[in-house]
Amino acid sequence: MAGDLLRFTTAGSVDDGKSTLIGRLLLDCRAILEDQLAAIERASQNRGDPYLDLALLTDGLRAEREQGITIDVAYRYFATPRRKFIIADTPGHIQYTRNMVTGASTADLAIILIDARNGVATQSKRHGFIASLLGIPHVTVAVNKMDLVDHRQAVFEAIVAEYRAFASKLAVPDLTFIPVSALHGDNVVEKSQRMPWYDGPTLLHHLEHIHIGAGRNLVDFRFPVQMAVRGHPDFRGYAGQIISGTIMPGEEVIVLPSGQTSRVREITTCGGALAEAAAGDSVILRLADELDISRGDMIARRHNLPLVADRLECTLCWMSEEPLRLGATYIVQHTTRQARGQITGLNYRIDVDTLHREPADTLRLNEIGRATLTMSQSLCCDPYALNRATGGFILIDPATNGTVAAGMIRRAAQNGGVAIQPPRPHSSDVAWEGAAITRARREARNGHAAAVLWFTGLSGSGKSTIARLLEQRLFALGAQTFRLDGDNVRHGLNGDLGFSPADRQENIRRVAEVAKLAFEHGAVVLCTFISPFRRDRDFARSLIPEERFVEIYVKCDVATCAARDPKGLYVRARRGEIPEFTGVSSPYEEPAAPEVIAETEAHSPEEIVEEILAWLHVRGILR
Amino acid sequence: MSDYTRTHLQQLEAEAIYVLREVAAQFERSVLLFSGGKDSILLVHLARRAFWPAASSFALLHIDTGHNFPETLSFRDHLAEQMGLQLLVRTVQDSIDRGRVAEERGPTASRNALQTVTLLDALVELRIDAAIGGARRDEEKARAKERFFSHRDRFGQWDPKNQRPELWNLYNGRKASGEHFRVFPLSNWTELDIWLYVQAREIELPSLYFAHRRDVFRRDGALLAVSPYLPLLPGEAAENRLIRFRTIGDMTCTGAVESSAATVAEVIAELVASRVTERGTRADDRRSETAMEDRKRQGYF
Repeated sequence: MAGDLLRFTTAGSVDDGKSTLIGRLLLDCRAILEDQLAAIERASQNRGDPYLDLALLTDGLRAEREQGITIDVAYRYFATPRRKFIIADTPGHIQYTRNMVTGASTADLAIILIDARNGVATQSKRHGFIASLLGIPHVTVAVNKMDLVDHRQAVFEAIVAEYRAFASKLAVPDLTFIPVSALHGDNVVEKSQRMPWYDGPTLLHHLEHIHIGAGRNLVDFRFPVQMAVRGHPDFRGYAGQIISGTIMPGEEVIVLPSGQTSRVREITTCGGALAEAAAGDSVILRLADELDISRGDMIARRHNLPLVADRLECTLCWMSEEPLRLGATYIVQHTTRQARGQITGLNYRIDVDTLHREPADTLRLNEIGRATLTMSQSLCCDPYALNRATGGFILIDPATNGTVAAGMIRRAAQNGGVAIQPPRPHSSDVAWEGAAITRARREARNGHAAAVLWFTGLSGSGKSTIARLLEQRLFALGAQTFRLDGDNVRHGLNGDLGFSPADRQENIRRVAEVAKLAFEHGAVVLCTFISPFRRDRDFARSLIPEERFVEIYVKCDVATCAARDPKGLYVRARRGEIPEFTGVSSPYEEPAAPEVIAETEAHSPEEIVEEILAWLHVRGILR
Repeated sequence: MSDYTRTHLQQLEAEAIYVLREVAAQFERSVLLFSGGKDSILLVHLARRAFWPAASSFALLHIDTGHNFPETLSFRDHLAEQMGLQLLVRTVQDSIDRGRVAEERGPTASRNALQTVTLLDALVELRIDAAIGGARRDEEKARAKERFFSHRDRFGQWDPKNQRPELWNLYNGRKASGEHFRVFPLSNWTELDIWLYVQAREIELPSLYFAHRRDVFRRDGALLAVSPYLPLLPGEAAENRLIRFRTIGDMTCTGAVESSAATVAEVIAELVASRVTERGTRADDRRSETAMEDRKRQGYF
């Protein structure tokens, strides 16, 4: 019993013979036992049914049995020596979309039943659409009741051709067709003798051998923290289930949304520490550094980051009797995080039968539409097409606590990667020249947010080296950049200023104002100034919207800077030739809370540039 | 390259641990409903794994009908002590004494249904917002429709026609005050999975699950243990047989199966060949076609 697990969903109505098919699979795999069979026989007789109604196996609720309909998704289990199977059996009529979406959300495979007599029906297309919407990697079309069309190959081939043509419009990576007769068992478990023209596998053989890995993302490491675990005074770890990717001790990780970085110290489990863990494993991660991490945070690799966005374009499936209210507040539950959110835009509704898009101002029960979700805080997510577990979310109505919608993230909405800032109050600069071309419009065209990266640190600490490298990388990424360098501005713009505290202040004031102009024109502005006084740096910060000003403390011991001394300044300062030289004869006030600390003694400029780029992605400045 | 495939047991274990952690994170006062049966014993072990090296924060709540097998009670006490877990016991007898419920009468009298009142009273008394149970969807057709996080209203009742859809692994545990949740981390396990896991993790189970000789008698097709709670009716005769129990509940309603399976491996071999489900031995489920749903609606386990 070392087999793995396949979760599949079945779509179709009673008329298509779905229950008969499931019953056949269960019976032939010996998953229906004698007392269950006897109970169904008893119930069928009580209802006066002339045949054994296998739907009674899964329709467990009194209302379902009384009305002869399936109301809710039923889960069924069977196993073969190769594999264990979980069937999410979804009803064909009532609440169809809601139930199939639910069943499909965890499925690796969908079986769509088509009645060979009727050909491709509207609902067969609907099933395919929902399967593709929910990202089910494998779709198997069981063309049933072949016995009623005399097992003719032409009937089967016509259905295959028609459905293939339809499915080419959908994202279905793997589409298989099998001709079956569930009633007689042809090609379900046993190969049919009546359809010698079919040389493919039986349905069970197909289910047993399909490669499940296709639905499992082993590339993008994502670890939503469920809770912090403190075992004994020295033990602090973060419990969660790895959503995707793999991780090993020693690997560098970043905690989102804070952007703190560390290394994995240990992958803890009750059975001992692991050398590696992968998607699906429930583990506890211990990190090398003591960081402030709590439920809802996400741990990822530094160089493979999810989207961090508070505005998302998504597909919504509405699941509540109460229709969607645009602008109303819902609770967004995504991975282990809950945020408040509103649907701020509804682009269109999709007719699940025709796939036509139609304008809509609300979504009702079982309707599907494209919408924009705006939240109080950012989610760490991926497009659903890349990662089902970080791309899916539910909406909860705070009034009833009911789950009202399922959502699938498509991408960050325009400007969605950037925290929305209320406009800063301006007094003197209300009459901007050319105000019609706003920063937002420039940012939209540039494809990134404007920002000011303020590098501060001693002379020789490496500010300009890092900024030069970073600017090259940003330029290569297509970003608009603008660089202001301490030495350069003193040749012209600030040529009249010296190095007294007052002149240093004026120096910073002027460059900060220039940085702001460039910022308002949509650029990523790189400023490299020793800027030793906190008050001056705080002034520069005050000109720029919060979260767009990135103070980067280029940290390096003064002895190291003096040893590097690229311009020979320390030698001259020590000889007294340069008065008020920072670090020698003038103080340097360390930043209290810089956004980034770049330690140039411990890390290469290339490493630091990567870190800053990662940070810019996390903060949504780059996307 | 590493092998990233996971067996179905590894996946079920990871899923159950994830669910148990969601309970700890989303609720404030949760208990693990301990019946003495293998499923709840498994939950105790899974909870230990979920939080290790920290201790599981779930106390065990046992609703004692007074009709338990003595082996169940001694195993319960032994397990709680071994795992260092708080054990809370509330008794049906106490509910009877306080007039909350009346004892059933007649030869098929059972305290099974009375437990629901004792359970709901205990949840209110202890202000429990999540009660974790070992129920599995494969056990019974009403349970096949259960959610992992199953909402209960202020009266502890289940509304199966109006359940919250459960998508992906997102469990919505939001509720109004006075309401609570039942949580079923073993939803996707089958009886065979339980035993395979018992074997893989070398989990100790009560001796009742393995073949032993016992005085039993036959009633309505079930083999019941001779006990003070079940007087023999005319025509019934006790006989000593080699039996074991597939489920463990009250002595009054838990049927035995004739079996010589004395080890976990032998039990697994027997199950693979079995043609009858485990609840086929339960008199409480055979009262009507929807007996389980009816009890569950009222707040049963």
